[in-house]
Amino acid sequence: MIFEKVAEMLADYKGIDVSTIAPESTFADLELDSLDVADLVMQIEDALGVNIELDPSVTNMAALVKRIEEAKNA
Amino acid sequence: MKGRVALVTGGSRGIGRAIALKLSSLGADVAILYAGREDAAREAVGLLERQGSRALAIQCDVSDYRQAEAAVKQVAETLGNVDILINNAGIVRDALAMRMSPEDFAAVVDVNLNGAFHMIRACLPALVRRRSGRIVNITSVAGLMGNAGQANYASSKAGLVGLTKAIAREVASRGITVNAVAPGFIETDMTGSMAPATLEKGISAVPMGRIGSVEDVANAVAFLAGDGAGYITGCVLKVDGGMYI
Ligand SMILES: NC(=O)c1ccc[n+]([C@@H]2O[C@H](COP(=O)([O-])OP(=O)(O)OC[C@H]3O[C@@H](n4cnc5c(N)ncnc54)[C@H](OP(=O)(O)O)[C@@H]3O)[C@@H](O)[C@H]2O)c1
Repeated sequence: MIFEKVAEMLADYKGIDVSTIAPESTFADLELDSLDVADLVMQIEDALGVNIELDPSVTNMAALVKRIEEAKNA
Repeated sequence: MKGRVALVTGGSRGIGRAIALKLSSLGADVAILYAGREDAAREAVGLLERQGSRALAIQCDVSDYRQAEAAVKQVAETLGNVDILINNAGIVRDALAMRMSPEDFAAVVDVNLNGAFHMIRACLPALVRRRSGRIVNITSVAGLMGNAGQANYASSKAGLVGLTKAIAREVASRGITVNAVAPGFIETDMTGSMAPATLEKGISAVPMGRIGSVEDVANAVAFLAGDGAGYITGCVLKVDGGMYI
């Protein structure tokens, strides 16, 4: 659920096809730099009403989704 | 600068007003933030409107992040997203360090340095998204060379130089430039409140032998805020008659 939502937002943000985004896609694969990730995370926070903790260990979609799930359950 | 929106903190008086008027004369719409002197803010808005700009004054203590965030939101809703942010609001509370209260140290850093960060923090997401923008922070030669009696002020202004350079690196890839302007002695209420002997002594240290005008500073800011300065970022431009060389 959350993965699909984030993938959709990311596809929209980057102007890419959502089918090219997989849980194991890294931010580097998706050509997202640190500012893109920060910007996207802020948009997700606004959309889902959560506060997401990010650190350098979060480098792919699956890890990001896990953080969002943790934030939702907090 | 037609169609651009500029936000000038402390734009109601002194250097900030001159900057607001200069950007407006180049076609920008201008929002100014002020701390409490509503009469001065209202007068500044009148001058901006007379030059043909859409203008807005908001009372906002930049040292309070919530107020800064709300002001940026109000500007976006009224004039549009901020394209040009000028962090000019500043205060002094001079005393020798051994007589300076920790409260007076903190208060100056809160407005001059934290305030600038708050404004940048509130404006950046929209600037990054649009992949363009200009930020100019008004520091001071006191932040570069130190000044007896101004430990708080010099610290805040030196901090502003570090802030300028760090943010410049962070957002360079998005076409956003971040620079600082460091005035020396400029004729404003701030210098008008100095003891005449102190002012005299200060001016005697200026190779050009005179106090600067608010327009001298505004011209430098307008250059850095304009299209012509697109490849300049992280710099500190001194406007000081050679006071600090
Ligand atoms: N004058 C100089 O020689 C000189 C030299 C070097 C650097 N600078 C720097 O240039 C900048 C402008 O100086 P100035 O001489 O033009 O100062 P000024 O005449 O004293 O004007 C200060 C402006 O900042 C506003 N302000 C003060 N505290 C604020 C706060 N907490 N939140 C929002 N706005 C606030 C004031 O609003 P209210 O009127 O409502 O209080 C006013 O509009 C300052 O950053 C100063 O450090 C000045």
